[in-house]
Amino acid sequence: MKILVTIKQVPDTATQVKIAADGKTIDPTGITWIVSPYDEFAVEEALRIKEKRGQGEVVAVSLGPDRVKEALRSCLAMGCDRAIHLNDPAWAAADTLVTARALAKVIEQESAQLVLCGRQAIDDDMGAVTAQLAELLGWPCAYWIMEETIDADAKSVRAARQVEGGLEVFDLPLPAVLAAQKGLNEPRYPTLKGIMGAKKKEIKDLKASDLGGAVEPPQLSVVGLQALPPRPPGRIIQGDVPTAVKELVRSLREDAKAI
Amino acid sequence: MKLELSAEQQMIQAMAREFADSAIKPIAAEIDRDARFPHETVKRMGELGLMGIAVPERWGGSGADAVSYVVALEEIARACASHAVVMSVNNSLYGDPLLRYGTDVQRERFLKPVASGHTHGCFALTEPQAGSDATNQATLAVRDGADYIVNGRKRFITTGRESSFALVFCQTDRAEGHRGISAFVVEKGAPGFTVGKTEDKLGIRASDTAELIFEDCRVPAANRLGDEGQGFKIAMTAIDGGRIGIAAQAVGIAAGAYERSVAYARERKAFGVLIGQHQMVQWMLADMATAIDGARLLTLRAATLKDGGRPYRTAAAMAKLFASETAMKVATDAIQVHGGYGFIREYEVERAFRDAKVTQLYEGTSQIQKLVIARDLLGDHDGRA
Repeated sequence: MKILVTIKQVPDTATQVKIAADGKTIDPTGITWIVSPYDEFAVEEALRIKEKRGQGEVVAVSLGPDRVKEALRSCLAMGCDRAIHLNDPAWAAADTLVTARALAKVIEQESAQLVLCGRQAIDDDMGAVTAQLAELLGWPCAYWIMEETIDADAKSVRAARQVEGGLEVFDLPLPAVLAAQKGLNEPRYPTLKGIMGAKKKEIKDLKASDLGGAVEPPQLSVVGLQALPPRPPGRIIQGDVPTAVKELVRSLREDAKAI
Repeated sequence: MKLELSAEQQMIQAMAREFADSAIKPIAAEIDRDARFPHETVKRMGELGLMGIAVPERWGGSGADAVSYVVALEEIARACASHAVVMSVNNSLYGDPLLRYGTDVQRERFLKPVASGHTHGCFALTEPQAGSDATNQATLAVRDGADYIVNGRKRFITTGRESSFALVFCQTDRAEGHRGISAFVVEKGAPGFTVGKTEDKLGIRASDTAELIFEDCRVPAANRLGDEGQGFKIAMTAIDGGRIGIAAQAVGIAAGAYERSVAYARERKAFGVLIGQHQMVQWMLADMATAIDGARLLTLRAATLKDGGRPYRTAAAMAKLFASETAMKVATDAIQVHGGYGFIREYEVERAFRDAKVTQLYEGTSQIQKLVIARDLLGDHDGRA
C-alpha cells in the first residue's frame, strides 16, 4: 500500500520568534528549522504500517522553499522511501487552501491509498490542510488520532480519535486522510545508516506547472503580526500575615477578579 | 577553507544530541553514583549505528566518517562521559584496527558483531608495569602448533568485563623488544581467559575498567591480527585514532560543564545582580568558551586529516592534549562559577570534574602527547609513540 505523508518545515520549538521589518512575516535569521513534531508522528505511523504489512511505500511530500529539502531529508533518514518537494515561487504566498490544492493533485498523481498528516503545524497552528485535503479528494477524514489499524485487505482503517475523556472510534473506508495526535506513537531517531542512505534516495522537485493549471490566489493573507505583550511582573505583598492575606484576597477579588 | 559540517554530519550530530538529551542525560548521575554499566542505552546506541560509525556497512558499521564520529561522540560525552568512552573504545581502539589489519574472515567474525553494536570489543595493551611505557610488555604468546599459548595480565581495560572480544597485545619474541609484539583477538569464554577485578574509579564510573587474566590461554593462530611483530604498530595506529575520540570526549565533557555554568550564571544572584553580570564570572565563561572552541577545532582538524587519508598522528596528539587540558580547566572553573553548590553532586559539574581527569591519563597521558608532538617536530619517531 502506498502511504503519503504531508510534512511542514517549521522553526524549532526553542526559537525566540522575532517579527520581520515588514510586520507580516517572521525574521528567519538564526532559526533552526525542523519537521513539525505532529508530522513526525505521521511519518512514524506510516513507517510502522509499512513494516507491519511487510510491504508498501512511504512517500514524504512538502511544499515550501529550498530549505524544505532538509526536512524531507530527515524523513528519508527516518525511513521514508522517497520524497516530493513542491518548490515554486508561485506558491510563495500559499495559504492552507492553496497548499491543500497542490497536495491533493500530488496525491491523485501518486494514487496513494492513505494520507497521514500531523494534526497541525506548530508554527501558525492552522490545522486546516488535513480537512481541506479530504474535502478536495472527497475522502473520509479523522483528526487527532491516537490509534489506527488497517484491515488485512487494506480496504478500511479503524481510527480512534482523542475526545474529551476518551476515544472516539471510527471505521473509514480507504482511501482516507488521517491526522496524527501526540501519543499515537514515539517517533524513532534516524539511524546512522538511515542518514547515510538518505542521500541516495530520490527527492523529486515539482513546479506548479507539473501539477497542471495555474495557482489560484490565496484566500487568506496576513495583515500583520503582533508580538505577545510582555508578562507584567509579579507583585510581592508586604506586611504581617493577617494584613497581607487581607490585601491578597482584596486584590484577587477586585484587581484580578479571580475570586 | 570551509568550516561547515555536511548535511549528513549535521543530521548525525542532531540525532546524537537528541538521543543523549532524552535517553542518556536523565540516567547519567545515577549510573555514575552506582557505577552501573548502562546496558540498555549502550544497546540503543548500537542500534542507532553509533558503535561502528566509520566502519563500512559491509562489516556491520554505518559507513560514515571520522568527522561524524567526532561530532556524535561530543554529543554523547556532553551528557555522559561513561557512555562516550564505551563508544570511543568500540569504534577507535577495537573497530578501527580490526578493519585496518583484519582479513575478511577476521572482519566477519570479530568486527561485524561489534561494529553493529550487538556486542563490544576492548583493547588490552596496558599491564601493571606497562602504562606509558607500553613497549615493556610482559604478556607472552608462545606458538604451539596451530595455536598460541598466552600467559599474562592486562590492567585498566575499558569495557574489559562487558566485551565479547579482546584485542590483546603480547610478546611473541622477547628478544625483539617492541618489534616482537603481536596482536590477537581473544574471545570471551576462551579457556584460560578470565576477567579479574573491576576497578572502583574517580570518574567514568559507569564504564567498566577491568583486569584481564590469561593463564595458559590457547588462542588459534587464525586470531592473530596482522603479522608476528606487527602488534606494536597496530596498537600505536589504533591509539592515534583513539586520541581523536578522547579529544572529542573531552570537548563534550567541557561543553556540558560550560553549558551548566552559563545557565547558572543566568539564574544565580549575588550582591543584588545575576552572577553573570560580575566581570570575574564573565571572564571565566569567556575563557571556557574560547578554549572549548579551540579544542573542538583541533579535534575536527585531526578527524578531517584522517578522513582525507593524510597523516594525523601529531594533529591527534595536539587535539587530545589541548582538549583534555581544556576539559580539566573548564570543569574546575565550572565548579568555581557554581561556588559551594558546584561541590554538591546534585549540580553535576562535580561529575564533569571527576570525568575530565581521566582524559589527561588514558590513551597517552598529557606528557606522552607532548613527547609524540615533540618527536614529530624533531623528526625522531622511530616507530614509537
